[in-house]
Amino acid sequence: MSSLSKAFTSSIGKKFVMGLTGLFLISFLIIHVSINALIFLNDGGETFNVAADFMGHNIIVRILEIGLFLGIILHIVQSLILTQQNNAARPQKYAYNKPEANSKWYSRSMGLLGTLILMFLVMHLYHFWWPTKVAVYTHQEHNTFQNIVMIFQSPIVVAVYILGVVSLGYHLLHGFQSAFQSMGWNHKKWTPVVRTIGVWFSIIVPLVFALMPIAVHFGWIS
Amino acid sequence: MSTGNMNLTLKVWRQKNKNSAGKLVDYQLSGISPDMSFLEMFDVLNEQLITKGEEPVVFDHDCREGICGMCSMFINGQPHGPKDLVTTCQLHMRSFKDGDTIVVEPWRAKAFPVIKDLAVDRSAFDRIIAAGGFVSVNTGNAQDANALPIPKVQADAAFEAAACIGCGACVATCKNASAMLFVSAKVSQLALLPQGQPERYRRVQSMVAQMDEEGFGNCTNTGACEAECPKGISLENIARMNRDYFTAKFASEEEV
Amino acid sequence: MSKLNSNIPEGELTQKWTKYKSSIPLVNPANKRSLEVIVVGSGLAGASAAATLAEMGYKVKCFCFQDSPRRAHSIAAQGGINAAKNYQNDGDSVYRLFYDTIKGGDYRAREANVHRLAEVSVNIIDQCVAQGVPLAREYGGLLDNRSFGGTQVQRTFYAAGQTGQQLLLGAYSALERQVGMGKVQMYTRHEMLDVVVIDGKARGIIARNLITGELERHFGHAVVLGTGGYGNVFYLSTNAMGSNVTAAWKVHKKGAFFANPCYTQIHPTCIPVSGDHQSKLTLMSESLRNDGRIWVPKQKDDPRKPQDIPEEERDYYLERRYPAFGNLVPRDVASRAAKERCDAGYGVGASKLAVYLDFAANTERYGRIEASKQGNHNPDKETCMRLGREVVKEKYGNLFDMYAQITGENPYETPMRIYPAVHYTMGGVWVDYNLMTTIPGLYCTGEANFSDHGANRLGASALMQGLADGYFVLPYTIGAYLSKEIATKPIPTDHPAFVEAENNVKATIDKFLSINGTKSVDHFHKRLGHIMWEYCGMARNRQGLEKAISDIQALRREFWSDVKVPGSADEFNPELEKAHRVADFIELGELMCIDALNREESCGGHFREEHQTEEGEAKRDDENFAYVAAWEYKGESEFELHKEELNYENIKVAQRNYK
Repeated sequence: MSSLSKAFTSSIGKKFVMGLTGLFLISFLIIHVSINALIFLNDGGETFNVAADFMGHNIIVRILEIGLFLGIILHIVQSLILTQQNNAARPQKYAYNKPEANSKWYSRSMGLLGTLILMFLVMHLYHFWWPTKVAVYTHQEHNTFQNIVMIFQSPIVVAVYILGVVSLGYHLLHGFQSAFQSMGWNHKKWTPVVRTIGVWFSIIVPLVFALMPIAVHFGWIS
Repeated sequence: MSTGNMNLTLKVWRQKNKNSAGKLVDYQLSGISPDMSFLEMFDVLNEQLITKGEEPVVFDHDCREGICGMCSMFINGQPHGPKDLVTTCQLHMRSFKDGDTIVVEPWRAKAFPVIKDLAVDRSAFDRIIAAGGFVSVNTGNAQDANALPIPKVQADAAFEAAACIGCGACVATCKNASAMLFVSAKVSQLALLPQGQPERYRRVQSMVAQMDEEGFGNCTNTGACEAECPKGISLENIARMNRDYFTAKFASEEEV
Repeated sequence: MSKLNSNIPEGELTQKWTKYKSSIPLVNPANKRSLEVIVVGSGLAGASAAATLAEMGYKVKCFCFQDSPRRAHSIAAQGGINAAKNYQNDGDSVYRLFYDTIKGGDYRAREANVHRLAEVSVNIIDQCVAQGVPLAREYGGLLDNRSFGGTQVQRTFYAAGQTGQQLLLGAYSALERQVGMGKVQMYTRHEMLDVVVIDGKARGIIARNLITGELERHFGHAVVLGTGGYGNVFYLSTNAMGSNVTAAWKVHKKGAFFANPCYTQIHPTCIPVSGDHQSKLTLMSESLRNDGRIWVPKQKDDPRKPQDIPEEERDYYLERRYPAFGNLVPRDVASRAAKERCDAGYGVGASKLAVYLDFAANTERYGRIEASKQGNHNPDKETCMRLGREVVKEKYGNLFDMYAQITGENPYETPMRIYPAVHYTMGGVWVDYNLMTTIPGLYCTGEANFSDHGANRLGASALMQGLADGYFVLPYTIGAYLSKEIATKPIPTDHPAFVEAENNVKATIDKFLSINGTKSVDHFHKRLGHIMWEYCGMARNRQGLEKAISDIQALRREFWSDVKVPGSADEFNPELEKAHRVADFIELGELMCIDALNREESCGGHFREEHQTEEGEAKRDDENFAYVAAWEYKGESEFELHKEELNYENIKVAQRNYK
């Protein structure tokens, strides 16, 4: 195997891919959450729909979208391989282990949190992404905001969404700073800054995401 | 002089050899002094077992002053027990209470097979060092030690990384049985010093390749290794190793 | 006398080594590839020798009983390593290091060996720094030094309180590099149980694979021991649990002379014994004596806490008795002074077998300097102590932590309690200038040999000697022997000598397992330790030594009839390993007492109560005892004394004076 391909397949290489795709997905979250936040302008979804329409039709965004899906798939596939390898690295488990003494539960539960996020994502895509795509390819008008208002009438959906974004929050709480560490960006002065940003990011982004179904459900915006 | 008054229940992993199955066996101990070290408490147990005609518990230990890195017990769910920055041999019974139940297991990792009872085979660490954890300088080829000034901060950082005792607690506690902290400590020590520069990128690639071959898991940055390391080796070393590794793979033209 | 030839080269002292080195016959590279060398032990001496020999091109096999060569007990050395670099511009030189070492050794070491040691000391530091050993540095980027006992210059290089660890890991990495290149075959968890001698030359060893119990035969054109010291004969010592004399004792029984066995170093600053359960003692580095002042209360059984005892009611007995060197007198002197105070009833702590090592004065002094740096020129005491603690922590943090861990007391707040403990053994296998024993082809390096420290070793000199032997001496001098062996083909290990040696080892193992007595190996080891400490420890006398000899003989008989070794021979069996070691310690203990009895003088670590000055200082007898006592094994409890006279041509022999 060439040195370059080992760069991606070795233990450190795989972490590099996880970190890189993770950071890429984080950058997507920033765009996503920014557009979501437009509904809080409370203008009947007008601005929001313009942005949503742009995201659905702009050619660059659509190319990036393919990248995004590849990123998600790569992130998932790598995590499956890593999980499998990591389990194999300790065939016999401890009879008595006390991991809470040395690490945070969410940092040890990235696979579980990721799975929850993935399940949520499937529902989320079915709710919002799929109708948009259908509209684009059938050249129909699609009012995303209307769709949102309709879907978030169901309290169960709202609850699942909140669960989804809470999982996302914890996933980010570890993943944000972990991505920097995996990429080798650790610095006495800057790492504390990254960590702080990571914590706030992991709170604010999911919170804004969560506020949307809640606000819509309770009719705070219309 | 201390007199012992602690009573303890021990659940100790007993395993005849590497091929046989093991199990936890219960032992009752009394008259334990809080001034005893954890290993001295095991000496008492073994003395008792020998007198009763049973086989004593095999465990690794040597210097009993926290520096050789040989002792290796997973005590109540933590490598080297509940205290921070301490090896098993420096853990004292005053860290436990009368009446406690203590579970003692060997390090568990595919790359550290159990030899007998609580002793495991850590030769994988030696092979990783043999793959590149050195500066290639034959005896007699050195220039004057002060010919090359090294900033104190850098020398101190290298020393902190070099303080690793190779005990394997990082592997033992990592949920993935990853050896990244151990490997990165050596990579860092030499990457921080001018003497390590000529082989810097070659070294990190060889050592990581050997680490992967030994069957250790992957690092997921939980930080458990750093928290449990008896010598306080920092996660910064892992980041530095990652950085050097990418530089080596993407920027260096040398194929390793 | 005829049997002992130290082979010291002719010529002027300062030129001996240089000239000799250039005249040692060489072995050409092609021949080196077919010459096999066995190195037993992987500490500083063993690992550095194995690595260097492999670098030179020899085929090397290296053995250690631990699970990795990195665990060897050299790793526990704390304080530092001496070298005559004169980086501090305090007037140091090779000659001064040489002189201090001879004087520190109480004029019982060979001049030529010690001078060579001082000469190569500078190369060691260069070599280690080149390997990436992170020795302590100053802000200017240059190496830092500190002082150690018995010297008035700062020549000790260090890496916090972990110098031995860092130097060993340097040697270990050099060794592993050769392992990776296939030039050294490493045998971990293997213990040497006999040497194989064929036609009078060492030709291999019998080693036991400690995991499988299998006995293995290994051939070598030469065999090198770097197996460390025998301090564990006292059961309680600062040595590692596994440190043993077995390899050295086995070669002694096969014809290698054992020199000066009674020279034991009792280190003055160790953590006192806390109870009967104690399995080992822990050293507090001598470097602490740079900043710690040693004292006892002037009043017997003073019930007050040390902090509450006012200055004028404290007896800083080292400063009182030895004003010139104060707290930095050599180890033997400091240890005896502590014993003297405790025997006189001034000891402290529950056992009354301890003295205080107090950092308060220097903590305050450092704090004052720090405060002044911060612009505070009139700080109160509390500020000084707070700032000073930071400085002390930086210098000795790991040692203070270790002390707190073991005793449960905070040494930043209250003085440490310390007491002397067995630490190092100056005696060992007799070697000539080439480091070859009386068995041709068998070499001995590091603490295992007797060569460089005389009757007392100075602090920070053990690391120096181990690495000097392994890196810079043995790899050259072994050429003198191996150059004559190029025609010797590897001897097949089915040679009768190998078979016989293995059978003997097997018989011993079978004997251990068949006794099936009532007492554990440790039980006998502890009893041996008590006898040795009581009668052959810090102070010895004729009556005690005679009693010790008969007690040890009785103990040996009891051991061989009542020891219980559980388990079997063909498995990982630490009790069986211990049985071998303790059996050898018992025999060695007897020889130590015989040697101590023979040496009717006091010198260095050997203090005979019959031979002291009116002030209680050691009194040497240069007229009758300026010799190395090399003992030849003649059979059970039978040893023949051979004397190697010590001639001092460059140093004027004088009574040591540290006052």
